[in-house]
Amino acid sequence: MENTTLRSRFQWLPELQTSLVYRDISLKEIINDGLQPARLFEVAHQHWGADLAHEVKQMNFRFVALWVEDGEDSFTLTACLEKQADYILLRCFVPGEIAEAPSFTPYFPAADRMERHATDLFGIRFPDHPDPRRWTRHQAWSERQFPLRKNFPVSGTPLPLTPPDHNYPFIGAQGNGVYEIPVGPVHAGTIEPGHFRFLAVGETVLNLEEHLGYVHKGIEKIAEGRDPQGLARLAGRVSGDATVAHAWAACMAMENAAGITVPARAVFLRAIFAERERIANHLGDIGGICNDVGFAFANYQFSRLREIWQRDNYAWFGHRFLMDAVVPGGVAKNIDEKIVDAMRSALLRLRGELDELRPILENNGSLQDRLVTAGYLSQELAQAFACVGYMARASGVDYDVRRDAPYPPYDAFPTKAVCSADGDVAARLHVRYEDIYAALDLLERLLASLPRQREILAAWHVPPAGAEGIGILESWRGELLCHVRFGENNRIARYYPRDPSVLNWPSLEKLIHNNIVPDFPLCNKSVNASYSGQDL
Amino acid sequence: MSLFGKIFKTGIITERFDAYSDAEMNQVGAELRRVVDRRFSGNLVIRQVDPGSCNGCELEINALGNGFYDIERYGISFAASPRHADVLLVTGPVARHMQAALLATYEATPDPKWVVAVGDCAVNAGEFGQTYASCGAVEQVIPVDLVIPGCPPTPLSLMKGLLKLAGQ
Ligand code: SF4
Repeated sequence: MENTTLRSRFQWLPELQTSLVYRDISLKEIINDGLQPARLFEVAHQHWGADLAHEVKQMNFRFVALWVEDGEDSFTLTACLEKQADYILLRCFVPGEIAEAPSFTPYFPAADRMERHATDLFGIRFPDHPDPRRWTRHQAWSERQFPLRKNFPVSGTPLPLTPPDHNYPFIGAQGNGVYEIPVGPVHAGTIEPGHFRFLAVGETVLNLEEHLGYVHKGIEKIAEGRDPQGLARLAGRVSGDATVAHAWAACMAMENAAGITVPARAVFLRAIFAERERIANHLGDIGGICNDVGFAFANYQFSRLREIWQRDNYAWFGHRFLMDAVVPGGVAKNIDEKIVDAMRSALLRLRGELDELRPILENNGSLQDRLVTAGYLSQELAQAFACVGYMARASGVDYDVRRDAPYPPYDAFPTKAVCSADGDVAARLHVRYEDIYAALDLLERLLASLPRQREILAAWHVPPAGAEGIGILESWRGELLCHVRFGENNRIARYYPRDPSVLNWPSLEKLIHNNIVPDFPLCNKSVNASYSGQDL
Repeated sequence: MSLFGKIFKTGIITERFDAYSDAEMNQVGAELRRVVDRRFSGNLVIRQVDPGSCNGCELEINALGNGFYDIERYGISFAASPRHADVLLVTGPVARHMQAALLATYEATPDPKWVVAVGDCAVNAGEFGQTYASCGAVEQVIPVDLVIPGCPPTPLSLMKGLLKLAGQ
């Protein structure tokens, strides 16, 4: 497909290097196969920050992720950026004593929460960060304790009762008729916990602030010391609705670090699982979006289709969400001809149902009346916040890792990614609906050319201590990145998963502006970011 | 196809509960309806609380509302406030950041009340264990009356668990 030729293969690199030379910054490339497809560049500590950020900003890079590792006497800071579907990792070493680095946030708002997360968990300070408030840290550990430092025990030193986070300094507003609405952390529905603080006038939302971190359970810390199987199991529980994607990303990173090639059939099965996960979630959410405006018919229909889909998962793979189906070196479940046939007819049936339902949704005036123009996110904002997945594509930012930076097996199956410029809830629903069709197409093609070899698991060999790898893939929510470093004896030294939600959550604060408070559930559902995936 | 056409074509999909269960289950089912009628005036009300789950358990609890299970037909419904609830359905390990909120929710639930720990995490801390950030299993924070293991428990095992609770 023509879009894959978008890939520039780092054509922009000389330009970046030249512009940095003018500022006396040199990028030292470190060859590291585990980090492919990204290229790794080291930058001197004193050059991390304004000049570097300014140049990459000028060249229209997208901010992807930032994470920290605790070395012996220094911290390693790694930022991942993307341009034309090529990824670079910029890395600097921050001496432990100072533990301070310039911030990317003034240039890339998307870096905001990741830097604050690093401050709360590693004690790295970003003095020029525009928002000094804590983020992941509430009250479970003190301001002087840094759970992700190696010398911090996994058990910590908890109080018998962790006080609630009651004094978070929310942004306020004064004026006639402005009032605050606090919501959460315990929400009214069966959903994850978090806090939303609305400032409203009458019914209109002036401002929304998210306060998350409530379900922080130390995932990065408990990953340390696990073996590859253990990490895959944990990764599959970073966000239960994206269990396949997280497990796959973690396995991809570990396999890259260890230099392991996954059998072709297993690669296909991983994609089959991932596309099934995509469809299940979109089905549930489309029903949910409609339900939030009182269109119960669609909720019944789509939750019915989702249930059938999950029952098939159970019948064929033994788990309704496909948890633990992706394992290091391959997959844990194989399929036989009978399942291939059954899956094919199920795909046809679902397609037929979706064909029937689409005009019903499209022609329903009262539904469209609520969805069109609600929760509008402009392309500029989607870009500024580095949104990914359907959030980005519904606002005209056309990016899909499967198509633009394809990994096996998608490199052999050009993927259709639908884009819309409308930016509202209706556009997000439309993009998701089309995502299902695209996933159905993919599933049909994957099944038709499923490699016949029976192996589904490559033998594991222990990577050298210090080996690192990344996994970048398109989860149902969008681009997901994961970094893994091995320590001694096949044990994990560092695991950092960047769920797409980290990038998509902030845009909810913006797209709700000028909507009415009662439309918040609708807007929120159309985003459906994961709390667990962002809180870690 | 029209909206009404689709409704008629879909028909009623609600499954008889004995469709894939045994005689014991039917007995508990009948018992459930009786107990809900007698002890809860026909309506057992649940407040779901997630103090730290991965969201897998929530998805299965939500599935109880789909047409196949339609849990409301047993007189079981979900409330937005713990003040309206008989039962707290708690998922996940209890994140320390949610410890106070879980306690407040528990205290806001009027007596008599029951707590059901749903999913391996809630039952025994699951994959996450007890750490600087996690209190571990639900019973570390509030008393638990019944556990429903599974990662996540299927809607069917959730229903079996609720039948057991109401039948106690
Ligand atoms: S039991 Fe499993 S599905 Fe439920 S919260 Fe824990 S990890 Fe998630």
